[in-house]
Amino acid sequence: MKHLLSIADLSAEEITQILDTAVSMHEVQDRQVKKLPTLRGRTIINFFFEDSTRTRASFEIAGKWMSADTINLTGKGTSVSKGESLRDTVLTIDAMGVDMMIIRHPASGAPAQIADWTDCSIVNAGDGTHEHPSQALLDAYTLRRALGDLRGRHVAIVGDLTHSRVLRSNLLCLRALGAQVTLVAPPTLMPSGVAAWSAADGFETSYDLDAVLPTVDAVMMLRVQRERMSGGYFPTAREYAVTYGLTARRLGLLQDHAVIAHPGPMNRGLEISADAADAARSLVLDQVSAGVAVRMSILYHLLAGEGDAQ
Amino acid sequence: MSRTPALLVRGADLAGGGAGDVLVVDGTIRAVGTDAAADAPEGVQRLDADGLVLLPGLVDLHTHLREPGREDAETIETGSQAAAVGGFTAVLAMANTTPVTDSAEVAETVLDLGRRAGYVDVHPVGAVTKGLAGQELAELGLMARSRARVRVFSDDGRCVDDARLMRRALEYVKGFGGVVSQHAQDPRLADGTACCHEGELSGRLGLPGWPAVAEETIVARDVMLARHTGSRVHVAHVSTAGSVEVLRWAKAQGIAVTAEVTPHHLMLTEGELAGYDPTFKVNPPLRPAEDTRALREALADGTIDAVATDHAPHVRQDKEHAFADAAFGMLGLETALPVVSTVMVAEGLMTWADVARTMSSAPARIAGLSDQGRGLTTGAPANLTLVDPTRSHTVDRALSRSLSRNNPWHGRRLTGAVHLTMLRGQVTAREGLVWGATA
Repeated sequence: MKHLLSIADLSAEEITQILDTAVSMHEVQDRQVKKLPTLRGRTIINFFFEDSTRTRASFEIAGKWMSADTINLTGKGTSVSKGESLRDTVLTIDAMGVDMMIIRHPASGAPAQIADWTDCSIVNAGDGTHEHPSQALLDAYTLRRALGDLRGRHVAIVGDLTHSRVLRSNLLCLRALGAQVTLVAPPTLMPSGVAAWSAADGFETSYDLDAVLPTVDAVMMLRVQRERMSGGYFPTAREYAVTYGLTARRLGLLQDHAVIAHPGPMNRGLEISADAADAARSLVLDQVSAGVAVRMSILYHLLAGEGDAQ
Repeated sequence: MSRTPALLVRGADLAGGGAGDVLVVDGTIRAVGTDAAADAPEGVQRLDADGLVLLPGLVDLHTHLREPGREDAETIETGSQAAAVGGFTAVLAMANTTPVTDSAEVAETVLDLGRRAGYVDVHPVGAVTKGLAGQELAELGLMARSRARVRVFSDDGRCVDDARLMRRALEYVKGFGGVVSQHAQDPRLADGTACCHEGELSGRLGLPGWPAVAEETIVARDVMLARHTGSRVHVAHVSTAGSVEVLRWAKAQGIAVTAEVTPHHLMLTEGELAGYDPTFKVNPPLRPAEDTRALREALADGTIDAVATDHAPHVRQDKEHAFADAAFGMLGLETALPVVSTVMVAEGLMTWADVARTMSSAPARIAGLSDQGRGLTTGAPANLTLVDPTRSHTVDRALSRSLSRNNPWHGRRLTGAVHLTMLRGQVTAREGLVWGATA
């Protein structure tokens, strides 16, 4: 593994290895002194062309705890006007001899292009509406801790699916681990071509959240931006919350063991009610806490190679 | 190189009509057929063309030569050279230059630069609206009356989406036999960010979708406007099976609509986008194989009248961005004939007579060019393209005469190559090399 660009590039075994290594990384988090020497002397650039708080912070902490030199850079998504191409920009950084670039970019596919242009290891930290693989890995890690082996488990992913990079990575990751997946959204928020896609990849779709909830082991609520209303994706926030929000009433439809996930940031009162977000079965904070451990594991597998993390 | 006084092209397949000779004297076709040699004057040059196909010079309804304004990407001279190498003897240069070709002055500048280069006839396309802004008509009549004699008008790159403005443009150009070439893209259904055919692939790749219906609704609207106004409308770069259905229906009604398809929409499909390589970013986007099939059938059966390249050079730094941020467009002039030969002729969908129709006579007729596309007939200007139909070659973008390198065919093997191009009796290109055309 040189890059982490898309979950589609990983086998089920590789995903499992990353999750397994994350378990031991998670233990580091509880130590008073958290440094591991693993990546001493390695240089990691967090190159974020789009704002991010939690992803950037957790990648930076992950790198620091593994003793890498981490540097944060921000860039504008488009530098067409400046006359410098994205290729020029990243080649400049690559020429300084860095080992890894962690890329967040508002345009889908940018990390894959950068991997073609440069020699260093590339991690996709979220590209446009394409993928967010580290998020999917930490979600799988969190679900696995809550539910055990995900094979045969049923996960519903609900929300603004067409604009969600989290959806695409989670769908691939959960399917690779053998989970059943049902996408739930109004037709306007389903990904383009979802009928052909679901037939090819073996997942379900539904417009009826109430019908799906009683059958799931986990429900993953995705953020719905209020601005989507202006694009005509749904009429009002109120209507969305009533039809597709995880309301207090809908909590009662879940099986006793079923858990709730949300990759954040949450829109309380829209896609998720306070009752659901703060419920005992909510994994929201576990997801955040798993973020550092899973990202340490990713850095380890890409930069340190195979073997025992300790 | 100065004009060949007399040339006898011997034994070529005459545009699919069987082997024969063509005698060129003083820039004009003097005789055609098996006994053409009988009229040859003393000292005539002979060109043995056994196994080659002789076509009337190719005419491209749709090029972007970038001058004035972006001479770093292409100039009228380099674009003309690429055209000559590709077998063209006339090209229409789109209006989205800087300044926009929306006045007689700019149109005449483009015409003059084309003449000075001398490799092909360069005919400026006039903008439909001032500054391509889609608000008010450009001075269509003054462009038509200028030395450039503009007859084709297009806001290409942008759709004339205002129905009332489109209606007026169609009506107005009737006054001087003009035609509006529409870039069919409803901007509400496919805005400037749309860059991938909307469907399963755009869903998976997370790229903004460009749905087929955004083209089809404009094509449908415009054929109805053409019927209502009794005007001619031309549809640029048709890319979907649905548009083909609308065109087929409209032609059956006798509506005066013509259409073009690009070589890239005939050969390449959306799957090229899987690696996010901006070389394959083009507007309208590459479509699924079902559309490609429908476009090939429509070109073969005449529903689509012409092949047009939409040659769109871009400098490297405008393409080497994230896919969503990179410029739209790909090169096309040098590869058009080989692509059509590969996907249409070699596949048995079209004859060389069909190639002569779709790449020479039909586009010349649509553009109102009287001395182009007249075929291999006695008395016609000697605008000729000699093709080696069986020669395979691997495209190398480094060998292009264009200033730009955004060539989607790089590394691909194509069958059929332009051997020689002649403009009014002057050889303008031979075996991929430009021959100095003007003394």
